[in-house]
Amino acid sequence: MTGFKPRDWNSHAPYIAPGYKSTLLRGPTKPLVAIKPGLSEGTGPVFARAVVRDLDWDLTKNGCVNGAPIGERIVVHGRVMDGDGRPVPNTVIEVWQANASGRYVHKVDQHNAPLDPNFRGSGRCMSDENGNYVFYTIKPGAYPWGNHFNAWRPNHIHLSLFGPGFATRLVTQMYFPGDPLLDLDPIFLGTPDEDARNRLVAKFLIDKTEEGFALGYQFDIVLRGRFATPMED
Amino acid sequence: MSYGETPSQTVGPYFAYGLTPVQYGYDFTDLANFVVAGPDAKGEHIRVMGQVFDGDGVLVSDAMIEIWQADEAGQYSSEPVSMDNAGFRGLGRCGTGTDADNRFVFHTVKPGVVADAAAPFINVTVFMRGMLTHAFTRLYFSDESDANGTCAVLQSVPADRRDTLIAARNDTPTGPEYRFDIYMQGDRETVFFDV
Repeated sequence: MTGFKPRDWNSHAPYIAPGYKSTLLRGPTKPLVAIKPGLSEGTGPVFARAVVRDLDWDLTKNGCVNGAPIGERIVVHGRVMDGDGRPVPNTVIEVWQANASGRYVHKVDQHNAPLDPNFRGSGRCMSDENGNYVFYTIKPGAYPWGNHFNAWRPNHIHLSLFGPGFATRLVTQMYFPGDPLLDLDPIFLGTPDEDARNRLVAKFLIDKTEEGFALGYQFDIVLRGRFATPMED
Repeated sequence: MSYGETPSQTVGPYFAYGLTPVQYGYDFTDLANFVVAGPDAKGEHIRVMGQVFDGDGVLVSDAMIEIWQADEAGQYSSEPVSMDNAGFRGLGRCGTGTDADNRFVFHTVKPGVVADAAAPFINVTVFMRGMLTHAFTRLYFSDESDANGTCAVLQSVPADRRDTLIAARNDTPTGPEYRFDIYMQGDRETVFFDV
């Protein structure tokens, strides 16, 4: 088997990102211990296509009770690949988000914005043999949070992927182009490298936009690649 | 052509209806849950449980813990993870927000030693609000001290921090239980690996 390349820390946030206050007490402070990649890091869970049921990839339909959800319908296309551009096929992408008014279904969310009885805001899809995935949803709203005075999270969708091994696990957030809250958001800005964090912003594409139905976005996801040759002991 | 990695972002406080819906009572299916090995799995059935503490020693009630482990023979599963599987699944996922004591609890079997290791262990991943990148650690077993002493990874950890990775066995009337508390910071900060 071939090992995964080490995490590129230039593409990620440090554990302690002072602008995002919750990191101060929750991020590890001692240096990480290096580990030689082996079977435990190179293997990982796989899933059958059956874990994605008919409506799981359509959040505009999978929470409907007595009508359609309110908000702007969007379709998100993307490709999951590794750092060498090789597709990552058959990987589950779990998604969750706030509704159009910026309210999460989660019982702990007490933001004074309405729940939408026809929108749960969670689902999943799976990349195809070429690494491509698609899901439909409602564009999430911004919402306030307690990090600092007048703090508002930009519109975002949470995504969670396993990739081909334990080492490639990724939880991330997709943002929307042109959002004025991005430059004020300590979570987005937590990734110090500007080029890296801009990879979190989806592209609006008119040719992915569906006539009369939904605006189209593209969000490609890059996981760690493998070394080209087998790891030697 | 090379492509930069997509940055990690926090799981946030509201992951439950997407990632752990059944545990938290939402109307959606689970991809994985607290059952890592069902009743039909071979091996010694055990429970793995613990709490997560922040730098002030405060219990974390909105963490999500995932584990990935080998079966009792030391083999990682290459079979699809299925909630219908009453045998060995290999993957577990549990939030700390539903237990009265904010514990995570997994039902599993004690793993065997994998081919390139010297001691049995469970891979553990920690996610929570306030972590922009998840953290990887390992759970080793207190009743494997001889094997632990020969494990290169464990021995590469500073000696005074090794015990943060060793789960204490407690034989209870309902079976063996291993306690693995996770300290994010402080004197007892858990060792995290650069996986």
